[in-house]
Formats: sequence, C-alpha cells, structure tokens
Amino acid sequence: MNAEDKQKSDTIISTKDLNVWYDDFQALIDVTMDIPEKSITALIGPSGCGKSTFLRTLNRMNDLIESAKTTGSVLYRDQDIFHSSMEVSELRRHIGMVFQKPNPFPMSVYDNVAYGPRTHGTKSRAKLDDIVERSLRGAAIWDEVRDKLRQNALGLSGGQQQRLCIARALAVQPDVLLMDEPTSALDPISTTKIEELILQLKENYTIIIVTHNMQQALRISDGTAFFLLGDLVEYGSTDIIFSTPSDKRTEDYITGRFG
Amino acid sequence: MTRKKQNTMQENIKRKRVERIIHGIFLMLGLITVGCVLLITIYLVVSGIPAMRTIGLKEFLLGRKWASTAAEPKYGILPFILTSIYGTSGAILLGVPVGFFAAVYIAKIAKGKIKWLLQSAVGMLAGVPSVVYGLVGMMVLVPWIRKLFKVPDGSGLLASIIVLAVMILPSIIKVSVTALEAVPPEYEEASLALGATPIETYFRVSVPSARSGIAAAVVLGVGRAIGEAMAVMMVAGNAPNMPSLFESVRFLTTAVASEMSYSSGLQRQALFSIALVLYFFIMLINAALNFFLKRGNVKKL
Amino acid sequence: MKTIMWISAFITCGLIIGIIVYVFAKGIPFISWDLLSTSPTYIPPHIGILPDIMNTIYIVIASLVVMVPLGAGAAIYLEEYATNQKVVAVIEYAAETLSGIPSIIYGLVGMLFFCEFAGLRTSILAGALTLVIMNLPSIMRTTQESLKTVPQSYREGAFALGAGKWRVIRTVVLPGCVDGIITGCVLATGRILGESAALLFTAGFAHTLNSFFEGLMSPGATLTVALYVYAKEQGEFGAAFAIAAILMILTLGINSLAMWLERHFRKMREQGYPQEKTKE
Ligand SMILES: Nc1ncnc2c1ncn2[C@@H]1O[C@H](COP(=O)(O)OP(=O)(O)OP(=O)(O)O)[C@@H](O)[C@H]1O
Ligand SMILES: [Mg+2]
Repeated sequence: MNAEDKQKSDTIISTKDLNVWYDDFQALIDVTMDIPEKSITALIGPSGCGKSTFLRTLNRMNDLIESAKTTGSVLYRDQDIFHSSMEVSELRRHIGMVFQKPNPFPMSVYDNVAYGPRTHGTKSRAKLDDIVERSLRGAAIWDEVRDKLRQNALGLSGGQQQRLCIARALAVQPDVLLMDEPTSALDPISTTKIEELILQLKENYTIIIVTHNMQQALRISDGTAFFLLGDLVEYGSTDIIFSTPSDKRTEDYITGRFG
Repeated sequence: MTRKKQNTMQENIKRKRVERIIHGIFLMLGLITVGCVLLITIYLVVSGIPAMRTIGLKEFLLGRKWASTAAEPKYGILPFILTSIYGTSGAILLGVPVGFFAAVYIAKIAKGKIKWLLQSAVGMLAGVPSVVYGLVGMMVLVPWIRKLFKVPDGSGLLASIIVLAVMILPSIIKVSVTALEAVPPEYEEASLALGATPIETYFRVSVPSARSGIAAAVVLGVGRAIGEAMAVMMVAGNAPNMPSLFESVRFLTTAVASEMSYSSGLQRQALFSIALVLYFFIMLINAALNFFLKRGNVKKL
Repeated sequence: MKTIMWISAFITCGLIIGIIVYVFAKGIPFISWDLLSTSPTYIPPHIGILPDIMNTIYIVIASLVVMVPLGAGAAIYLEEYATNQKVVAVIEYAAETLSGIPSIIYGLVGMLFFCEFAGLRTSILAGALTLVIMNLPSIMRTTQESLKTVPQSYREGAFALGAGKWRVIRTVVLPGCVDGIITGCVLATGRILGESAALLFTAGFAHTLNSFFEGLMSPGATLTVALYVYAKEQGEFGAAFAIAAILMILTLGINSLAMWLERHFRKMREQGYPQEKTKE
C-alpha cells in the first residue's frame, strides 16, 4: 500500500455518476456516494427506488442480469470494479452479500459455510474446520448448530438460516458485507439477534444494509442514504437524516413511515 | 505480496480459461440436436436423391407398379404413398372421434378415481410396444376380419387402419386433455351462469377455446400414424398393391423395412428415396404441429 | 352426447384391459425358467430368450450412459448458458423435430451413419447410439423442466461467494435437477424397451449370448426385435406371446414408476426441499 492509499483509507467504496439501466428503464441516476470503512450504512427509500440495484452493482451481481447496463464508476479501495483487470470472483470474495430471503444451499450446515473457502481453493480439512467454526461463531450461531453441522441446512429455522448465510458470507473473510433487507423475512426475536450481530460485525467489516424499517436504520446505522426513483436524494449521518433532514422529500418519507 | 498477487492473477487467468472451455463444451452439447437434425436430413437427401434421378422423379412418385426384384425392375411408389395417406386418414377417421370424446370425458366429466383410472389406461396404451400391437393385431384382428368379411386374408389396409387408430389414441387423448384442462374456468362459468347445461358448455365453450390444442393432437396423431412401421408390418400383408380395404398393402414405412435387409444397388437406393419421401411428409406434419402448438399454447407430452 | 363420451372412454379402457388380458393369457403359460435362462438352438429345436434379455439390458445401459451426459448437457446449455434467444429457439426447434421423426428413419440413418460410415457394423452399440439420438429430446425436456425449478436464489448465493459459473452449476444446480434426469432415464428406458423399428437394421437379429463388452460390438436382438422375428418370420407364436407378456409387465412397471416418480418429485418440490433429511 502506498501513501495515497493510506490517506483515503477511511473511504472503502466510492461511486461516481453511477447509472444503471434495465433495458430502457433507468433504475439509478447519477449516484455519487462515498462509503466509509468499518461503519454501517443504511439505504432507505420506497419500494422500487433502486436500493437493491445499487447494492447489487457494488459486487457486480447485476452482471447476472442480461438487460442491466451500467455507466459511471465504482471504486473499491481505489480500484475500478469494472476494469478488465478486476476479477469478479475476487471482488465478490471481498464484498460479500446476504439476501432478503435466507438462501442456504440444500446441503449440510458445514458444507454451506465451507462453500466459499472451497471455492477459493482451501482444501485442507483442518483449515476448513477452523474456518467453519470461526465463521459460525462470528455469526453468533455456533452454539445452536454445533451439534448439527452434518445436517441439512434447510432444517434450520428462518432466523438460524439467515445467520448461517451471514456465516457463509463471513467464511471467505470479506471486507464489506452487503445486506439486502436481511431481516424482512424474519420474526422480531430473530431480527433482534441479527441486529445485535450486525453491530458486532461493524468492528471488522463495512456493512451496507438495505432496510424498510426506519427504527432499524436508526438503531444500527452510522450513515443513511435516502433514494427516490433512482436518485440519491440525501446522504449523511443517520442522526442528522432522522432529526434534521435537509430535503423535504426525505422528511416526508421518514415522518410518513413513522406516523 | 506482489508475488502473491501475481499468483492470484495467474490463477484467475487459468480459471477464466477453464470457464471458457466448459462454456464451449456445453455449447457443443446444446448444438447436438441441431447437428442430429442436419445429419439426418443430409443423409436422407444425399442417399435418397440418386435413385430418384436414375428412375426419374415422375416415374418414381407416380409409377403405379413396384417390382424391385423383377427381371425388369419397376420402381413406382404411388401405391405406398396412397396407402400411407389412406391408412393414416382411416386411422384418423376412426381414432379421432373416440379420442376426442374420451378426452372431453376425462378432462371435464370424470372425477377422482375414475379420472385416475382413465388417465392410467391412456398412459398404459401409450406404453405398449408397437410389436405387441402388431402381434395382437395379427392374432386377433386379422382372423376376425377374415371371418367377418369372408375374405381370403384378413391382413391388409383395414387391419392396419384399426391397429393405427388404437396406437394414435393415447397421443390424441393426452394432448387434447391438456388443451381442454387449460381452458380458463371463467369461460365455462360464464356459460353455465347463462343457463347452459354442462354438456352444452363443454362443447360450445370449452372445445372451441381448446381447438388449437385439439388440432395439434390430431396432427400429432397423423405424424404417429404415418411413421409407424412395425405394427403395420405385422398386419398389412406387405404386397405392393394399390390400396384397397381388404387387400394386402404396403406403406412407405414398411416398404423401407421389408426390403432393406436384402437389398442392394438401385433397389437399395430406391428404398432411401422412399425414406426421403416419408421424411418430407413428416416435415410438413411437424410444421403444422408447431403451428398449432404455438397457437394453442400447449406442450407436447 | 354423454353416452358417446362414455362409450369412447370405455373403449379406451377396454382396449388396454383387453390387450393386457389377452397377452397375459396367451403368453404367461409359455414363460418358464427354461425359456428365460437359455439360448435358442436349432438342433434340437429350442427357444430360449436369455440372449435377448441380456441384449435389451446392454442396449438400455449403453444408451443411458451416452444419453444422460448429452441430454443433460444440452439442457444445461439451454437453461444456464445460452443468452441468445435465437440460438435457444433453433435448438428447441431441432429437438421438436427430432421427436417427430419416425423410428424407421432413425433406423435407416443409424444404419448408414453408425454401422457403415462409423464402421460399427450391425451391433448393439450402433443400435444404442441410434436410440440416444431418438431419446435426446425427451431427456432434454425433463432435465430442462427440473432446472427451471432450481431456485434462482441458490445460484445467486453461490455467485455472491465468488463461485464461477461451472462451480455453481456443478455444486448447486446439478444436484437440484437430478430428479429430472432420473425421470428422463426411466421414460427413456420404457421407450427403449418398446423400440423395434430403429433397431432392426442397426442392432440386428442375432440371438447369441455375449458378455457386455463383447455384446456391444456384436449384433443382437432385443426382446422387441425377437418378438417380431419369432412372430413374423418364424411363426413361433408361443415364444412371441411370452415375450409380449414380459414386455407388457416391464413397460407397465416402468411407466407406473415414471408416473410415481413425477408425482413424488413434485411433492418434494412443493414441500420446499428434502426437509426430512434433517433429524432432530
Ligand atoms: N431484473 C430487472 N429487470 C428489469 N427491471 C428491474 C429489474 N430489477 C429491478 N428492476 C426495476 O428497477 C427498479 C429498482 O429496483 P430495485 O429492486 O433496485 O428496487 P428496491 O429499491 O430494491 O425496491 P424494494 O424495496 O421493493 O426491494 C424497479 O422499478 C424495478 O422494477
Ligand atoms: Mg430491493
């Protein structure tokens, strides 16, 4: 790392004039945003405003959608993620993702967590054992599944499945975790557990989370970005966005939801 | 650090190459069906054209006499073409009404156990090997026809038509049932609400809205009937006569099958030409089938 | 109207029952251990169908072994790789076309291509390869159907961990479409058991008993072809009916198995995924 890298080290992802189209429909319009390292950034906004699109652009999951076209730049640690020298699988190893609906693979708990490391070439049994345990502990689910490592992951409860998916994402030792409404399919108790977990993870990871739950954004996030119809309307510290938003639309949205 | 980075970069290049190779392999597998169709077409055309040339297209297609082993061989396949057309038409005439009414019954009236029973029966009929149809036709149908119509030999066009009608029944029923079951219930409810009886509703509303699917079923039956060889081989008698209900006849399919094993020279080439003619019919039928399937939005089973 | 429908349905039912009863009544008395376990000889005149049974097994195995990778691979290409809709349309049209071609034409082209051009001569292998082409569309379709039911979220989950396409297919997609492949294999087995026209000139009529690999390279009659030969050319109707009864039992069994499998797999799908695997 050179000196310049060090200076900028508090910004981990920065987007500039990011536009995304699905065929003719523009889902993101000139989004420019800097995301600080080891913090929790919440993305909020009404349905269809482009939150998921933004998130999926950051680890190039949108590559999987044929109709999606992207312009502008996304820098991850000052590297252009769209540059030809950027290997998608490497990028996704650094920028992991947790989905709205828990999506464990139909295999054992152990194999789920080991999937990522195996993908990236870890074969040694001892190492894998170690990674699996560490990741499951990291996702605060070790105690619940330590006796069920060989059982099919689909037998776990929804909340456990989601934490398993977080463990699976942690197993490749990512830098950033993208979470798309990770608690919207869960009951309140599981939600609380996951929120606590996210706050713990902040120590070591940068977290970008999409949520429809204003209280959740307020409870856990450091920064909040409000999207509307593909526009990044307002972005700043969560306290300020929720107390004294500078844009009328932000205020309407937040108060409307609180009411 | 830099060495590690270089290593991962090489890893990545290798990975990418592997992915590309695998993609290529799957592309080839994907194109296999296309390759097979081309292969079949090319083989049939290449091996079927020469005899047509030698014999003369008109002489071949419209010649009324087939005597491939005579001292002065004749290669006219009009009897086979007509037999195939008559045989198929007869099978359709006989099989379609039964299949159609049975399909309406299964799709709209039969419930629970009865429906399951009928559908299993159709499934089983579809699974019976053609040689078994041929055997039963040979041992049961042919003697019946001989006794019933007092003809010297029961095998011939009529026996073939009956066997073919039975053989196409399951395809006709299956596809028609699928088409009929896909009719939105609202249509039927609207008609029932206007005071029509269920039976009226089925025939005035359900059947017309499933007509493309039913047409597809009929065309599928045509394809099956015209392409069947073994069962027909066992009941048709196989003499190259012009078609007539109680005479021994030969179809396009059986013309190929019955002489292939001992043929040579021009005779063998002529058999390929017959296959080409058959293939031509099949392609026409396929095109029609696809047309109806698309319009009716039903899947072939 | 109702009467006509009822009669038609009754005819359908009656036909299959009639055929089954007739074939069993005529065939089962001729089935004996001796028939099933010996080869035929001219002197003394004796009929045994063991070689035909073995040939049938060989041809089923050989066909499935070649067909599964080809058919499943083609299905995977269509569902997972292909991006160009025109290419997909062409491939699917070709598959449709293949499934409409009569078996006698397959037999003819199989003879020209596999036996003569590829130099396999009349052999079980040539017959099996011919059957592979015939059954390709069907196994493609069943595999495609089940690939469609593999949840997209599995693929996304794996991609998000940095897995490449091939790894995703191998580890999370393929295990999910095994059921389609199995159904396809069972259906194909049923079809192969009943096939005769495509085999006459590709696999031939020999009744010699061979080991598997010997058998692949030698000509051999399957049960259906043997039935045809016994009934049509040798007038041995007892043996023909015995084979017919055996074939009926086999195809009925296999068709019910296919139906049961389809229902079973559908139920498993509806319940999510194999939850019963988790023991508390
Ligand atoms: N694959 C796609 N093809 C076409 N349009 C899409 C696709 N995915 C998303 N869109 C459109 O892009 C817009 C933004 O979608 P996106 O999923 O990013 O919204 P979102 O903010 O995540 O909404 P939600 O809160 O409902 O999840 C929507 O109008 C959506 O219809
Ligand atoms: Mg979303």
